[in-house]
Amino acid sequence: MAEGHWSAKHLLGIAELEANDITSILDTAESFREVASRPIKKVPTLRGKTVLNVFFESSTRTRSSFEIAEKRMSADAINFSTSTSSLSKGESMLDTARNLEAMAPDVLVIRHPHPRVPHQLAGLIDSSIVNAGDGAHEHPTQALLDAFTIRRHKGTLEGLRVAIVGDIEHSRVVRSNVLLLRKMGASVVVAGPRTMMPRHAEALGAEVAYRVEDALEGADVVMMLRIQLERQGNSGSQLLLPSTDEYFHLFGLSAERLALAKDDAIVLHPGPMNRGVEITSEVADGARSVILEQVANGLAVRMAVLYLLAGVA
Amino acid sequence: MTELVTKSTLLDQAQIARVMRRMAGEVVERNNGIDKLMLIGIRTRGVPLADAMVREIERVEGARPLEGILDITLYRDDLSTIAPQPVVKESKLPEPIDGCTVVLCDDVLYTGRTIRAAMDALMDYGRPKTVQLAVLVDRGHRELPIHADFVGEKVRTSDSEVIKVSFMDTDGVEEVKLLDRV
Amino acid sequence: MKEQDPVERGPVQRDPVELVRAAKAIDGFPSGSVLVRGGRVVDPTQSQLAPLQAQAAAQAQASEGAATLDAVCDVLIVDGVVEAVGTDLEAPEGAEILDATGKVVIPGLIDIHVHLREPGQEWKETVASGTRAAAAGGFTAVACMANTQPTNDCRSVTEHIVEEARRAACARVYPLGAISKGLAGRELAEFGDMAKAGAVAVSDDGKPVENAELMRRAFDYARHFDLPVVQHAQDMEVSGDGVMHEGEFSARLGVPSIPAIAEDLMVARDLLLLEETGGRYHVQHLSSGRSVELIKQAKERGLAVSCEVSPHHLLLTDEDVWKAGLDPNIKMNPPLRSAADRDALVAGLLDGTIDCIASDHAPHHPDEKQLDFSAAPFGIVGLETMVSLILDRFVRSGHIDLARFVELLSTVPAQLMGLPGGSLAPGSIGDVTLLDLECKITVDAGSFESLSRNTPFDGWTLAGAPAGTVVSGRII
Repeated sequence: MAEGHWSAKHLLGIAELEANDITSILDTAESFREVASRPIKKVPTLRGKTVLNVFFESSTRTRSSFEIAEKRMSADAINFSTSTSSLSKGESMLDTARNLEAMAPDVLVIRHPHPRVPHQLAGLIDSSIVNAGDGAHEHPTQALLDAFTIRRHKGTLEGLRVAIVGDIEHSRVVRSNVLLLRKMGASVVVAGPRTMMPRHAEALGAEVAYRVEDALEGADVVMMLRIQLERQGNSGSQLLLPSTDEYFHLFGLSAERLALAKDDAIVLHPGPMNRGVEITSEVADGARSVILEQVANGLAVRMAVLYLLAGVA
Repeated sequence: MTELVTKSTLLDQAQIARVMRRMAGEVVERNNGIDKLMLIGIRTRGVPLADAMVREIERVEGARPLEGILDITLYRDDLSTIAPQPVVKESKLPEPIDGCTVVLCDDVLYTGRTIRAAMDALMDYGRPKTVQLAVLVDRGHRELPIHADFVGEKVRTSDSEVIKVSFMDTDGVEEVKLLDRV
Repeated sequence: MKEQDPVERGPVQRDPVELVRAAKAIDGFPSGSVLVRGGRVVDPTQSQLAPLQAQAAAQAQASEGAATLDAVCDVLIVDGVVEAVGTDLEAPEGAEILDATGKVVIPGLIDIHVHLREPGQEWKETVASGTRAAAAGGFTAVACMANTQPTNDCRSVTEHIVEEARRAACARVYPLGAISKGLAGRELAEFGDMAKAGAVAVSDDGKPVENAELMRRAFDYARHFDLPVVQHAQDMEVSGDGVMHEGEFSARLGVPSIPAIAEDLMVARDLLLLEETGGRYHVQHLSSGRSVELIKQAKERGLAVSCEVSPHHLLLTDEDVWKAGLDPNIKMNPPLRSAADRDALVAGLLDGTIDCIASDHAPHHPDEKQLDFSAAPFGIVGLETMVSLILDRFVRSGHIDLARFVELLSTVPAQLMGLPGGSLAPGSIGDVTLLDLECKITVDAGSFESLSRNTPFDGWTLAGAPAGTVVSGRII
């Protein structure tokens, strides 16, 4: 295990991390995983620190995961979401920053529908910022927890072949994962319908496939993405997808398709799953699925990130 | 950064071995055997101490007491004054500590804050029957009402002095030195 | 294909004498007399300095490609009209004298694409502040877009703008009327009434005319008044909620994108309509290489199509958006496109496919640009950076000469919109721009005359700058 410390003010994206930073975060997360096995799953490390979870976009899972991580670290966790705060899309960045700053948080966990908002706020604010998803740009803690989960099963990320399947264009999970996996020496193939693939997908730094079979062939890790049925507008699912049924037939992960991957391939999904759309129940609940581990590992990774950012004030 | 120079060697390898043997004996004597006895080393240099004492007890008693490792990083009260932040490592306790006689082991007892953090951490794992403390060196200057049950060597020190404990496992040499700032 | 009316393929025909008189009446600029002395006069509409009496003939020659006038001499403007260009001219009594030694003297520059925001959004810009910015940027005239509040879709709003310009302007102001009422894309606006009040062309700029039938009727109807139909070409279904060019960098950033084909589709559609209806079609702020190609082909087929390009599309690409970390001050519509598109625009500029350069000066208050990239409004200011950018990056680098510079920023814009100016030939309107080619400037948004500061060029160091303007014989 690398002894190098990742020490930074913010976690804005995987783009800002080096390979040894990622290793340092994952190593630290290993220790936090042990905390979850204790009778009292709480440590006093961030006692007296305030963490604001500011969600400009609805999210139950990520927010809850952060909240639990914060509480296990004894931080005071306060949630803002668009429905319960006056902070709105039309407010200027500076006003948003000043309002948040006035509450003197030590850490701000931010989810925003627009790319690079956390990065912009980082330039205006003293608190540490954790990007909990900015548009379709980055979702660094998700990529870290995915990497953590993969590493626990495969021992290393280096040399692995990872297939990511779904709506590539609109996915922040993909962008952060491709960046991370590439930095750690894995190769990535992204696959999805052409309507859900950015026109310049090769710029992502991954191999691009338009048949799920091509992506699955020889994969060590299969990551299925959630199909956003609720998406509207010109990126709306009705324009991208004639039906979920057709999607399943073309890209859904069934046991037969999974057989194309390596025998010891594991299956990930960031959740929540649409069973029968991107994945069959047989696979989701099967022996190779590590989907629930991802959720548990998410806590450890987020605790590690909070510790590394705020453990030293 | 001030430089540190060696003033004297307090214990050499042979002396350390002798001291640890004595402490192991005291632990068994005080607790009437090894039933539900768990020695827990505090990372980093409490671990080799606990390990040596466990081996000694096993040699004498013919059975091995329980052995654990405790990382107290998350419980420290001085996180904000040290940088970069210490690497967090796993704690490993062999089984639930409820009802056990726990002997916390550390290399040096100084302000008592590490032991305070260790006790907090320990309590989060359960409810031991008793907790005792074994240290290789007690150098005084306590800031909390904490005392050791088993002491290898008591040393009178000044604030500017530093006790440097080295173990074979962690440092490649086994000795205890008294250093001072120039 | 149908051969288009040859008249419509030439400049907008308005009697030059009438134009000058109309301009004086409408602009209400008090006329003055000035002798601009000792500058290097560059005017592509005149040939090398000829004896005064031969100037009319020289002018005729110029249009046949004779050498451009480029000589150190004087320009005499009397009562708002160019009287003479020559050496050792005498200033008549009462005339001001403007020493232009070491400067370049050219016909007053004209920016045919600006947003003055008045009426309705005076916190962003006003006629007064916008024309102050124009004057500071070396422009003697601007054409302003109709997306005011209320929309400039009827005579009373046109008149209001003209009136405001008469009262407060530092440069001539030529309003464009809306194509559709309220820019709603449903009903035609009153082209004739607006033209009478001073509108020089029609455009729904900011919003494309999406309805093909409305566009077809607009081409038809505009012919009655010889008004160019000016289009912000973009298929809004394709561009959707996009905020930057669809390419490598939008893919990496996960930013909703505006594909170049959104522009190409609209340009192609409009060209087909134009071919059927006749009329004049002007495409604003070209951004896509494919659109340049479409226009080139249409010109070869003889269609009366013209187009402009903005300095930012010539100088920046989507990679700059990436590098700027999605700074809202580098967000505009059409978006900065790929390097290949940028190269095609430059090529189109050099081969003459692109007719002129216009700034698309789009002021937004700093508060509005303090939103994040996706939420912030489109647009950047351009009046006070355009001349230096083109001088530094295109003239100084030798891509275009000063004569071509004058054509792109003065002569052709005047012809396209049927405006007075674009020439210093005797009898022309007395509008002059002075340039200092040696002057090094550092762009400082904080010191703009414009009320807004939204520019991606802040801090750029450039060589060559405007050094003053004369409008109607009066030093501004």
